[in-house]
Amino acid sequence: MGLLFLAGFVSGASAQDTPDAGPKPSLVVKPMESHIDNITGHAANAKSDYRRYCAGCHGDYGDANGENAVWLDPKPRNFTLATFKCRSTLTGTLPTDEDLYNTLVRGIVNSNMPVWNTFTKQQRADLVAYIKIFSPRWEKEKAGEPIKIPAEPPVTIDSIAHGKALFTKLECWKCHGPHGEGDGPSASTLTDSQDNPIRPYNFALGKNDSRFKCGSTNQDIYKIFMTGVDGTPMPSFADVIQPNDAWDLVHFLRTLQIHRHGKENEVLMSAHGVIPPYVDKNPAPAAAPADNKAPGGGQ
Amino acid sequence: MRRKPILIALLTLLAGSSLMFAGTVSGKVTYTGTPAHQKAIDMSKEPSCAKQHATPISTETVVTGANNALENVVVYISAGAPDEGQVPTQAITYTQKGCQYLPHVLPMHVNQEFEILNDDQTSHNIHPLPKVNIEWNKSQPPGSPPIKEKYDKAEFIEVKCNIHPWMHGYFAVLKTSHYDVSKEGGDFKLPNLPPGKYTLTAWHEKYGTQTADVTITGNETKDVNFTFKATAY
Repeated sequence: MGLLFLAGFVSGASAQDTPDAGPKPSLVVKPMESHIDNITGHAANAKSDYRRYCAGCHGDYGDANGENAVWLDPKPRNFTLATFKCRSTLTGTLPTDEDLYNTLVRGIVNSNMPVWNTFTKQQRADLVAYIKIFSPRWEKEKAGEPIKIPAEPPVTIDSIAHGKALFTKLECWKCHGPHGEGDGPSASTLTDSQDNPIRPYNFALGKNDSRFKCGSTNQDIYKIFMTGVDGTPMPSFADVIQPNDAWDLVHFLRTLQIHRHGKENEVLMSAHGVIPPYVDKNPAPAAAPADNKAPGGGQ
Repeated sequence: MRRKPILIALLTLLAGSSLMFAGTVSGKVTYTGTPAHQKAIDMSKEPSCAKQHATPISTETVVTGANNALENVVVYISAGAPDEGQVPTQAITYTQKGCQYLPHVLPMHVNQEFEILNDDQTSHNIHPLPKVNIEWNKSQPPGSPPIKEKYDKAEFIEVKCNIHPWMHGYFAVLKTSHYDVSKEGGDFKLPNLPPGKYTLTAWHEKYGTQTADVTITGNETKDVNFTFKATAY
């Protein structure tokens, strides 16, 4: 029902009802395509769906200037910039068709972007193709290569401890806070690339099924910090974290989701809730959290 | 066939003569009015950086000197540059030290490789905010290797570190290597300009741009000065 309401709200938002503010350039629907499994999406087929369901926020011209946009926080994506948050590809590269498709399937938690599960797979593929008409980058560049993610190693108290050490060393806590509650010393100053205030993710909020903006699986968490969330303060760590170390960080981040029933918190509970100090054979200098709280879900 | 070596010799002589008669444009950048007050930066949340500054440093949006000198103004050949498309091979560096960008404004040629270094004992994220080039955002913890990048379109790009919100700088991506950044005293100098007509542009991050036309006829130095109207806010 909530989705129906939202869909109705969005559907009434076409720019056709707005007062005439002067002539607008006619929108050329370029013959863009998308490829999702064995389905080919065609931009021309999504014109009606885009205008009815997407333009209210993202704007008829994909410039995030729909009439609802002023009321939204976070702001809708500006497709003319071709900068996308949720990618499997390196920072600065275009996402794959699957990345865009998955965002439509998943929606974006803590934002006004709903789960578009009322569409068929073909409709979603067509909309992915339509998004590409707004930026010339899609005609000049290919999507980036998805990062390679090694198989996830078993969760152990040592992997959690190493992840905690990385969380400290890489200074994730500066924004996300020593306990992942989104209250680090830099949190209150953050803005996105359009200069809108933005909050770092609070891992401790939510219940067992809490999601991230770009997914909910361990692989999704891995991708988020390795590729970065473009257009936001969250940088890419792909150049500075080794693949297996990244899994250790994933395991630790899961323990910050204190209400989640998962293997990481089970391992932590088996260790009586205590994350032991990680002994690094090649220690590098690392700053301590400003409030001297030990980062992490353990003691 | 005998004419070929003569032709080559003549071309070499002509090419050499343009350098023999290379001119220079130099001058000063100044301001009138009241420049914006620069605030002292509180780095107490980052002690490893704070201790690198004997006295607190100030923001660098407007840096002035004696006799109304205006620093950090990029002066470059915006029309008529003889080296468009000639990308320098030497890399240039942009260093994060004391939670500050050194230099505050880094000019570079389109497609010229540059390196970003972290000389601090704290992590930075380098987040340039281009409008026409491609946006990226990378973490660089202490001890990380340099980040090597380049931009393929001319643009002035704001750079910031989201972790340390006072860190603020610019990349000036230009179609020429005939550029300078006004220093203490507001001085700038563009040497090695072959004879020709040029447009000079002076760009300041807060006070905008100014242009001036200049003609170099031989081995001479032309004075060109720029005066920006400063506003307090």
